[in-house]
Amino acid sequence: MKEQLNNSPEIIEGSPNMLEINELSIQFGGLRAVDGLNMTIKKHQLYGLIGPNGAGKTTVFNMLTGVYKPTSGYIILDGENITGKSPVEINKIGIARTFQNIRLFKGMSVLDNVKVGMQNSSKYTTIEGILRLPRYFKEEKQMTEKAIELLKVFELDGEKDALSQNLPYGKQRKLEIARALATNPKLLLLDEPAAGMNPNETAELMETIRFVRDEFDMTILLIEHDMKLVSGICEELTVLNFGQELAHGETSAVLNDPKVITAYLGE
Amino acid sequence: MKKTTKNNLITFAGTVILCVTFGILNQAGILNSMTSGLLEPIGIYVIMAISLNLVVGVLGELSLGHAGFMCIGAFSSATVSQILVNMGTVPTWLAFTVAIIVGAIFAAILGILIGIPVMRLRGDYLAIVTLGFGEILKSLFNNIYITSDKNGLHFGFTKPPENIDAETKVELLRGAKGTSAPELTNFWVVAAVLIVCLFILLMFIDSKSGRACQAVRDNYIAAQSVGINVTKFRLMAFTLSAAIAGVAGALYAHSISNMLPKKFDYNLSILILVYVVLGGLGSLRGSIIATIILYAIPEVLRIVNQNIIQYRMLIYAIILIFLMLWKNAPFFIHMREKIAASGFVQNIKNKFRKKDKTSGGAEA
Amino acid sequence: MSFVSYLVNGISLGSIYALIALGYTMVYGIAKMLNFAHGDIIMVGGYAAFITMATTWCPLWLAMVITVAVCTVLGVVIEKVAYRPLRSAPPLAVLITAIGVSYLLQNIALLTQTANPKTFTSIAAGAPPFMQVFDGKGVVFFRENPYKADGIKPVLTISMETFLAIVVSVAIMVLLTLFINKTKAGKAMRACSEDRGAAELMGINVNGTISLTFAIGSALAAVAAVLMCSAYPQITPYTGSMPGIKAFVAAVFGGIGSIPGAMIGGVLLGVIELLSKAYISSQLSDAVVFFVLIIVLVVRPTGIMGKKINEKV
Repeated sequence: MKEQLNNSPEIIEGSPNMLEINELSIQFGGLRAVDGLNMTIKKHQLYGLIGPNGAGKTTVFNMLTGVYKPTSGYIILDGENITGKSPVEINKIGIARTFQNIRLFKGMSVLDNVKVGMQNSSKYTTIEGILRLPRYFKEEKQMTEKAIELLKVFELDGEKDALSQNLPYGKQRKLEIARALATNPKLLLLDEPAAGMNPNETAELMETIRFVRDEFDMTILLIEHDMKLVSGICEELTVLNFGQELAHGETSAVLNDPKVITAYLGE
Repeated sequence: MKKTTKNNLITFAGTVILCVTFGILNQAGILNSMTSGLLEPIGIYVIMAISLNLVVGVLGELSLGHAGFMCIGAFSSATVSQILVNMGTVPTWLAFTVAIIVGAIFAAILGILIGIPVMRLRGDYLAIVTLGFGEILKSLFNNIYITSDKNGLHFGFTKPPENIDAETKVELLRGAKGTSAPELTNFWVVAAVLIVCLFILLMFIDSKSGRACQAVRDNYIAAQSVGINVTKFRLMAFTLSAAIAGVAGALYAHSISNMLPKKFDYNLSILILVYVVLGGLGSLRGSIIATIILYAIPEVLRIVNQNIIQYRMLIYAIILIFLMLWKNAPFFIHMREKIAASGFVQNIKNKFRKKDKTSGGAEA
Repeated sequence: MSFVSYLVNGISLGSIYALIALGYTMVYGIAKMLNFAHGDIIMVGGYAAFITMATTWCPLWLAMVITVAVCTVLGVVIEKVAYRPLRSAPPLAVLITAIGVSYLLQNIALLTQTANPKTFTSIAAGAPPFMQVFDGKGVVFFRENPYKADGIKPVLTISMETFLAIVVSVAIMVLLTLFINKTKAGKAMRACSEDRGAAELMGINVNGTISLTFAIGSALAAVAAVLMCSAYPQITPYTGSMPGIKAFVAAVFGGIGSIPGAMIGGVLLGVIELLSKAYISSQLSDAVVFFVLIIVLVVRPTGIMGKKINEKV
């Protein structure tokens, strides 16, 4: 596994970069929440965005997914400029995310949560759905099969008919990842995937994230406070502090950077 | 079979059986005049309730102007059917069919027109704006006059049109005095339309569009993040719901001799909402059952005791509040958990399950 | 002159709306819920005033005190019994409960007071008009028509009720603004409306503050009830629902959660309503009011004075 990680850039064809962020800034009133951020994520990379609370990490995610419109700067996803596009457009172009505070479709079954993610890959129209024309049955069957496969990856297939709100916490986080993957993204954003998990669950989650990256040939950007997870799976890191980049580079180098240690632990 | 499919089948088959049974009993003259008089309004209210449930239960938004869509469906269809029948060349069944379709189309168009501004809002704002729209529609129809004569149609606003040829004059809409469409509705028509509407709604909810609506209800930010166009699906459900309410209005217009605009006020919207909430948000079957029971009980009680009818809305109000508290208040949630933990309920459930299995085996 | 008369009456009606809107906006700001039953508290206030004023031994001031007390207690009880248990429930459940409470009040009134309208005796009954303007003879305040014997009629009359509604509303708004900005309880209310969780952590009694908000809102509704029933002297069980809804429109118009907004919104709405009654159609004035609401929400959903709230992702 380690070897594969190190060799990852060579497997990629064309432009080696999945995501390029250039001088990205956003201002809320007088507050510059993110200020001139630059970041480049290569295809197939596992990239970490870390920093103390309130550093602007989730704000970066919200700009990447179109929830907030950046004040200046631009975002290129796989050669396409996505700056200022709507969340729906950006998802269609290829970014999917999970949320820091879990946002599942609580009143729906586990299976339906995933199938909602496949909405845009199915082609039957609403009228065909109401009239139950053949395409409805064909595509619904395909979606169900694909969704169950995805659930199997996260060992959720046994609970496919349960309401998502009845799942235990760790499984809810996994279901969110499964739902994001169902949209068939190029880039997956994970916002604190290990929050609230115990060390065993975190270790298991690390395996899952690696597996997802390899199995789905995914590029992953994650925000995380759990340093064990960060140092365990991220190849490169950017550290944010007060909306600005404090350091970036290879994980081990960044984590040993005195500036970073000061930012986390104080003087 | 999928659980949803099975549930839909039960709801659908149950409704069909109910409609056919009562239709036959009614046809055979077995029902007394009171019961038989209840069939049409109950069917119409059921259509209203299931269509409102699409917005409140599936889309998760409180619409307080559902009577407005019924209103426009009723008045547009009444106008059309009167024109067609007066022409004398169109068979009445065709006139009625066209009128129902026109009612649905007008309500749908209005649904889109209202939906575009309204669907940008959420929650309380949406509730109050739909309420406002309902009231505006009622006021408009209180002031619209349409009269036909040999020269064609004449429109009047706030007062009847003038210079009408007296001999060929037919007043189609008479402002606050309402309209008198031909009484073409019978229970078979209501039942057939109800079954079609129920089918459309069940199938819509159990398709990817219905799933999208539920996703928007549960978490619209997450729905956007997986590429769901929130506005599109909200507008779609809102319009479908409006169209079906328009159909109910068309049936209603042709079921009574004189229909007044003031019938379609805020109270009617609330009454339908009560049916939907008490039947269970998101459950069409619940809406159907609740409407039948809640509509029939007071009518039956009316015979037993004339005075009891006035307590109806009071009791609904108390049930409404209690139901919300029962489902959401911490005190009741704890109580329910305690009851569940005591094993009492579990025992009963198990007993029922056993019975189910044995009876199922016997059938097979 | 008739335009001035409509305008003054509009401002007067608008001041009453503003009082009601204040109740909505304060409750919305702090409890984050639309108290649908607020309008029906006005109705209860109207009946309370009607009954106490009809009682022979009860002087006017005592009748007013009782009316305010009845509404205040009612508001607090409703909050405690129906709304407080739903603090963390989905908004739809809270809204439906509020509608239920509204219906409950209306139907209790229907059963106890019947649907027949009661004629309310104005609190200014017997008093002369506030102001009369005579063509060529100037203006007369607080007096009956001095030229009555000559058969001269005023070209503009502003009734005592109209005047009272404006004066009382303005006075209450000034007091309320002082209360919110200067007192400890007022500051607690503002803190709760900014961030309930943080306020609780700072040791503010959130439940108490919300109760206080409902108490104040309901007391204002009681005052509005008396003023409104004096100006439009008929009460039915449905008296409160339309003014209630319109006052909510006023609150939205001015920017929900904003106290000056509620005042401006209320007055604007009253003027719009009366002018459209006068110049468009009396039957369509309600439609015009709702039309204004829709335009406001489409163009500027946060109202005149409101601030934009973004959901945190």
